[in-house]
Amino acid sequence: MNKFRYVLVLGATALAIGINSCKPKNAVSAVTGDASSKAYVAPGKYDEFYNFLSGGFSGQMSVYGLPSGRLLRVIPVFSVDPEKGYGYSEETKPMLNTSHGVVPWDDLHHPELSQTNGEIDGRWIFGNANNTPRVARIDLSTFRTAEIIELPNSGGNHSSPFITENTEYVIAGTRFSVPPDNSNGDVAINTYKQNFKGYISFISVGKEDGKMDIAFQLECPGVNFDLSHAGKGKSHGWFFFSCYNTEQANTLLEVNASQRDKDFIMAVNWKKAEEYLKAGKGKKVAAKYAHNTYSEKTHSATSEIRTEVTVLDTRELKDICYFIPCPKSPHGCDVDPSGEYIVGSGKLAALIPVFSFDKIQKAIADKAYEGDFEGIPVIKYDAALYGEVKKPGLGPLHTEFDGKGNAYTSMFVSSEVVKWNIKDLKVLDRAQTYYSVGHLCVPGGDSRKPNPKYMIAYNKITKDRYLPTGPELAQSAQLFDISGEKMQLILDFPTIGEPHYAQAVAADVIKNRSVKFYKIDENANPYVSKGEGTTKVVREGNKVHVYMTSIRSHFSPDNIEGVRMGDEVYFHVTNLEQDWDVPHGFAIKGAINAELLIMPGETQTLKWVPDRVGIFPMYCTDFCSALHQEMQGYVRISPAGSSVPLMFSTGKNQPVAEAPKAK
Amino acid sequence: MFLSVICAALTACGGANTESEKAPGTEESTPAQQASTTDKKEVNSNPSYDPNRGEGKFKHVDISPGLIGAMADNGKKIADVKCGSCHKMTEEKLVGPGWIGVTKRYTAEWIMNFVTNTDEMLNKDPKAQAQLEICLVRMPNQNLSDDDARALYEYMRKNDGIK
Repeated sequence: MNKFRYVLVLGATALAIGINSCKPKNAVSAVTGDASSKAYVAPGKYDEFYNFLSGGFSGQMSVYGLPSGRLLRVIPVFSVDPEKGYGYSEETKPMLNTSHGVVPWDDLHHPELSQTNGEIDGRWIFGNANNTPRVARIDLSTFRTAEIIELPNSGGNHSSPFITENTEYVIAGTRFSVPPDNSNGDVAINTYKQNFKGYISFISVGKEDGKMDIAFQLECPGVNFDLSHAGKGKSHGWFFFSCYNTEQANTLLEVNASQRDKDFIMAVNWKKAEEYLKAGKGKKVAAKYAHNTYSEKTHSATSEIRTEVTVLDTRELKDICYFIPCPKSPHGCDVDPSGEYIVGSGKLAALIPVFSFDKIQKAIADKAYEGDFEGIPVIKYDAALYGEVKKPGLGPLHTEFDGKGNAYTSMFVSSEVVKWNIKDLKVLDRAQTYYSVGHLCVPGGDSRKPNPKYMIAYNKITKDRYLPTGPELAQSAQLFDISGEKMQLILDFPTIGEPHYAQAVAADVIKNRSVKFYKIDENANPYVSKGEGTTKVVREGNKVHVYMTSIRSHFSPDNIEGVRMGDEVYFHVTNLEQDWDVPHGFAIKGAINAELLIMPGETQTLKWVPDRVGIFPMYCTDFCSALHQEMQGYVRISPAGSSVPLMFSTGKNQPVAEAPKAK
Repeated sequence: MFLSVICAALTACGGANTESEKAPGTEESTPAQQASTTDKKEVNSNPSYDPNRGEGKFKHVDISPGLIGAMADNGKKIADVKCGSCHKMTEEKLVGPGWIGVTKRYTAEWIMNFVTNTDEMLNKDPKAQAQLEICLVRMPNQNLSDDDARALYEYMRKNDGIK
């Protein structure tokens, strides 16, 4: 969701609440007696579910346990993280490389867990970068970012990274249409209609290794692609995107992109696109985009700039894309577990349209079109519609499913979640959220096999829910028990950044695959030190390489002399520990950088350029043992041209005898 | 991480650990368990515990009178990577005790159990705990395989003059 847009909508929220009978009641009254026991997880006990939350404008992904709402980890993805050295160590810097150079921040909106046969398989989770368009893959055996691929011809990768039911593809659709990268981009902004295009990327995912590659891009008319979901079961082979700004406005979209009564859901027959690709209908087009991968063997990332992408033109290749009218700036675009029903949520509409996959197929066969939009056929609304949920609430956004025939839709403006039955389209229950709910999450709720014990609402506004912390307040998640007929609020928990979308999965799917440490024997970092006996300091011109080890509780070497002004020092620190939960940290005074946090068996490198002559302490930052405070050392920096010889040691540099005092 | 400090501080007066409920999935005992051992001064209250053998999978190890040279060489390679930061081959204590004479002070089973089942031994074994009181750093579990442990023992034997 677009934060900016919502801020604008907020003015309307107050008004809407005033006139709406759904005004949130006193916050406390909404929680009933046994709520705390339902969310209670005893100290030392594991949670039942992992909940992966996007960090929104933090650029990261956070991991919470459910039902406790305990924060377990923040995974750095698109933003640097000095706490973990991510984006600061020499090994991780290439992860944030793009065609624009290193970009240290982004805006991560949607996490999506990998699936096999439409069920969450627990191998990877993907995330999208909304600002500088990218998709990341996180390995769930290490909870670390394994790969990031940039997307050419795109501006704002929002309808992403949703996946097909066997993770054949992860999808990225541009939010901002822009002139294609290989065209002349120096055009008047008000030539949107003539020059701007909407690109959708199909990123293939390696079956075994998860490696991402842009298989092809679809060139589509210039509109804003907002969200998407893959077909599943019977509709596997199709993908559905919500589109707004079919007005093709280039300014004051708040007004100008809200003119038309209906925008579109775009249905994409990607199996057909694959056929065209095979038949050689794709055009190879010059492009420039980064592909970054992290190796768990060398414990380092590499970044490669790619220069070509294959594009299919959807106006020439007629039967790939179809538009379906959808009321008023559709936002959410969600497909039920059977694959038959596609729910479009017009955020300015007073109803929720539900489309039928079978009817869409028939409409295409019958050519039941009302015309075309920029050369793409537009199916008649009634020919695709299964039915409408009437008066669900104000500002419908996103829908998740329980696999028992029910759907849960968030209502941003009226701050509520509405449970409704897919077959008869009747509203069954309403629950208030506090406040301004965006996405919802049911574990597996966008897959073929939901695990519907809980539903979590992710709220943009918390106002009076927590102790005040100045002008900026935490955003939040609210946990509902949905095992019964009625939704029951059982827990609030504050979140990192903006909890935009989230996914959840039973802990058993992931927890037993967790890596505990890296085997030192398999460490293939070129700067590894396998044992203290191999540690050394090597000068190569003005570069000084320190091959260093850490183990509870000392560094080797811990006394280094002979480094001079003008030198660049690289500390290659290998953690020799071979046990779970024993990272060591490394920091040195004055480094305009960050710390290293080195996992057992891993090697990481900190670059340091001394800025003055003197003695510089270094130390372990991660409390490692009773003698952690003793885990320290010194580096001596001498003036440029100094003749102090290079020397290094641990435990051998004995104090000099005190000079006899003159009488 | 913080746990280690508490553990090290408390195990100094530790005894047999009879608590059975562990934090799930963790090798280290919880602070609560450690605290519960602080008021138990008696050592080896569990009569089935054999302090000569230690606790672990090695019940009986056959050791030939002569040295197996290749095995000892392999043990040295392992020691250089995983042990040498803290243990010298002489009698000098670094972080942990020097290794000279170690095969005379302990049985093969005790050593091999200690290096593969470190945390449990530190929680339970009187000799291991006495050593911890001197060193104050819990020996890390370096995840040695059974063969690694055997090779390491052979290297220790070589260091102790077995030919």
